[in-house]
Amino acid sequence: MLKIENLHARIGGKEILKGLSLQVKAGEVHAIMGPNGAGKSTLGNVLAGRPGYEVTEGTVTFDGANLLGMEPEARAAAGVFLAFQYPVEIPGVNNTYFLRAALNAQRKARGEAELDSVEFLKLVRAKVKDMGMTPELLNRAVNEGFSGGEKKRNEVFQMALLEPRLAILDETDSGLDIDALKQVAAGVNALRSPDRGFLVITHYQRLLDYIVPDFVHVLADGTIVESGDARLARELEAHGYAWVRERRPAEADA
Amino acid sequence: MTAAVVPFLESMREAAAQARLPGSGLAWLDAARDEAMRAFTEDGLPDQRNELWKYTSLRALARHGFAARDDEAATRGVDIDRLLLPGVDGPCAVFVNGAFRADLSSFEELPQGVRVRSLADALRDDAEPLRFLLAGRAGDDDDGFMLLNRALAADGLLVDVAGGVRAGVPLHVVHAGVAARAATAWHLRSLIELGEGARLDIVEHHVDDAGTGHLANLVCDVNVHERARLDWTIVQRAGEDATLLRRCQVRLHDEAALDLHELELGGKLARHELRVDLAGERSRFDQRGAFALHGRRHVDMEVLVTHRGRDSVSDAIWRGVAGGRARGVVHGRILVQSGADGADGSFYNKNLLLSPDAEIDTRPALEIYADEVKANHGATVGQIDEGMLFYLRSRGVPLDLARHMLVRAFCAVALDGIQPAALREHCEALLAEQLPELAE
Ligand SMILES: Nc1ncnc2c1ncn2[C@@H]1O[C@H](COP(=O)(O)OP(=O)(O)O)[C@@H](O)[C@H]1O
Ligand SMILES: [Mg+2]
Repeated sequence: MLKIENLHARIGGKEILKGLSLQVKAGEVHAIMGPNGAGKSTLGNVLAGRPGYEVTEGTVTFDGANLLGMEPEARAAAGVFLAFQYPVEIPGVNNTYFLRAALNAQRKARGEAELDSVEFLKLVRAKVKDMGMTPELLNRAVNEGFSGGEKKRNEVFQMALLEPRLAILDETDSGLDIDALKQVAAGVNALRSPDRGFLVITHYQRLLDYIVPDFVHVLADGTIVESGDARLARELEAHGYAWVRERRPAEADA
Repeated sequence: MTAAVVPFLESMREAAAQARLPGSGLAWLDAARDEAMRAFTEDGLPDQRNELWKYTSLRALARHGFAARDDEAATRGVDIDRLLLPGVDGPCAVFVNGAFRADLSSFEELPQGVRVRSLADALRDDAEPLRFLLAGRAGDDDDGFMLLNRALAADGLLVDVAGGVRAGVPLHVVHAGVAARAATAWHLRSLIELGEGARLDIVEHHVDDAGTGHLANLVCDVNVHERARLDWTIVQRAGEDATLLRRCQVRLHDEAALDLHELELGGKLARHELRVDLAGERSRFDQRGAFALHGRRHVDMEVLVTHRGRDSVSDAIWRGVAGGRARGVVHGRILVQSGADGADGSFYNKNLLLSPDAEIDTRPALEIYADEVKANHGATVGQIDEGMLFYLRSRGVPLDLARHMLVRAFCAVALDGIQPAALREHCEALLAEQLPELAE
C-alpha cells in the first residue's frame, strides 16, 4: 500500500531524512520509534504533504501512485490521514462544519455521494459516543481551548470519522494519562482491519502495550537503523536509544 | 493649491454657481453656503499632510469633474428589491443618486414620536430649526469635503425620536447609485436625534449599479441623549468605480449608547470618518467592523473616539482583509480628556493580506489626560496561518475552501453580533461572495 524508497527530505535548508525506506502493507501496524529530533514528525509531514519540505531524492508510492506529486487534500481523499503531534487551534471555524466539509470533499473527490446534514449528524454523534468525547466539543471551534488530551482524542475521533486507508499517528500518546491512552488505543484498535494500514509514531513503548504492532522500526538521524517485531520495542524500553546507536556500527561491520 | 485648473475643483465651483439648492434665498443659508464655498476654494481637497488623510491620496479624484446633479434622480426607475437588505422589511428611507425618494420610502410602521423627513422637505417647510445644523460655526477640523458639504448639501435625512419612545422596528436607510447621464456628485447632510431614553435601530445600505462613477459626500450628525440607545448596522457595497466619503459625528450623553456594526465591501475609494464624542458619564460606544477588499479598492476607516465623560467606555474591534492590489487604512484614535476619570477605551485591529500586492496600514493611537483610565490598543497585519491551512487541507478540505473558511473565521468577530439573524446571514453570504475575488 505504502512504499517509501530512499527518501531524502530537507526543511529550512537542513537535511532531516537521509535515505529512509519503508513498506506498509494493508492490514499491518508499523510502529516507528526514535529519539527526539530523529525525523519522525518530518516523515509524517512529508507523507501528508505539508508545504515547506523539500524532497531531494527517493520515491513514495501509495497504491502505486506517486504520493509526493499530490496536493494534501488529494492525499486525504486517497485515504492518507495524519494525526498531528501538535494539532492547531483554529478559532472561528466550527468543528461540525469543518468535519462535514472535510468528509464531503473527500467523498466528492472519490465520486461518492455527499452526506446531507441529517445523515452527517447521525454519523458524527455515533462516532463521538464511541470515542467517549463530550458532544459539546462539536459545537466549539476546531481544537480551540481543548486540553492537550482533548486535542489528541479529537485527532483519533477525526480518524474514526474519515476512515482513512493509511493512518499516521504522530505521538498521539504523549501527554495522555493512562485512561485517555487506553481510550485512544481502543479507538485505533477498533479501526484495525485487513485493508487499512497504520504508522504509529511514538517516543515511548507504553502505547505499544495497547496497540500491538506487527513491526517496529527505530528511526535515528533520518534513517531506519533497526527493524523487528514487537519485542524490539521492549528491548528499546530496557536499554534506551543509546543501545541502538551502539549496535549500529557493529552491524555495519558484520 | 496651484493655479492650474483642477477638474474636480472646477466642477464644484460650477455646481455652487448654479445655486438651485433647496432653501436658497434664505439670507442666513446663502451666507453659510457662500462662506463654505469660499473656504473650500482656498483650502482645496485635503492632502496627505493632513494626519487623517495620510494614507489616502486624492490626486486621482482631483482629475475628475462631476455633474452637479442628476436631473432625473427623482424619477429614475430602480429595482427596489435589490436595494433592500433581507431581515429589515419595514420602514425605509431611500435615496437615489442623492435625492430622497418619497415614492420608494415608507414610514407608516414607525410609531408616534418617531419623525423622519428629508432635509429638502424640511427646508421647504420651515428652515429655521435647521439653522444651527446648517449655519453653525465651522469647526477647526472641517476638511475640504466637510466644506463642500456645507456649501452644496441639497438633501439628507432627518430622524427624530422623542424621549422615551422605542421605535420597535428598524429603520432601513438606503443610498443607491444608478447610472446617470454623467458621473455625478451629491452631498447629503443628515441628523439623527434620540431623546432621553429613546431607542432606535438603523440598518444602512450603500449599494450601486456597476459603472456609475459617482461621488457621494455624506455628513451625518448623531445626538444620543441621556440613557438613549442607537443600534446601527452599516453594509457598504458601493460600486467598483464609486467614491464614497462619509463623515459621522456622534455625541453620546450620560448613559447613552451607540452599538455599531459595519461591513465594508465596495467602492473604488470608500472612506468613513467616524467621530464619537463620549461626552456623558457612563456613555458607551461599541463597534465591530470588517472590510474585505479586492481589485484596486481603497478603504479608509478613521475611528476617532474622545472620552470626556467619567466612566465612559469605548470598545472597537476591526478586521481587515485585502487581496489583489487593494489598500486598506485603519486609524483608531482614543483620546481621553482630562476629567474623564475611570474611562475605559480599547481599539483592536487585525488584518490579513491575501496577495503580495495588497497593503493595509493600521495605526492605533492613544492620548490620555485623565486619571485611573484603562486604555488598550493593538494592531497586526499578517497572512493566512499556514499551519491552520495545512490542517484543514490534510483532512481533505480543498485549498480554496480552506482559505475561505479561515477568512470567514477571521471576520466572524465582526459579524457575529449583527441582528436580526437573517441580516447577519446575509452579511456572511456577502462576505463569502467576495472571497473568490479576494484570492486573486
Ligand atoms: N521548520 C523547521 N526548520 C528547520 N528545522 C526543523 C524544522 N522542523 C523540524 N526541524 C528539525 O528537524 C529535526 C527533526 O525534527 P522532527 O521531525 O520534528 O523530529 P522528531 O519528531 O523525531 O522529534 C530536528 O532537528 C528539528 O529541529
Ligand atoms: Mg515529533
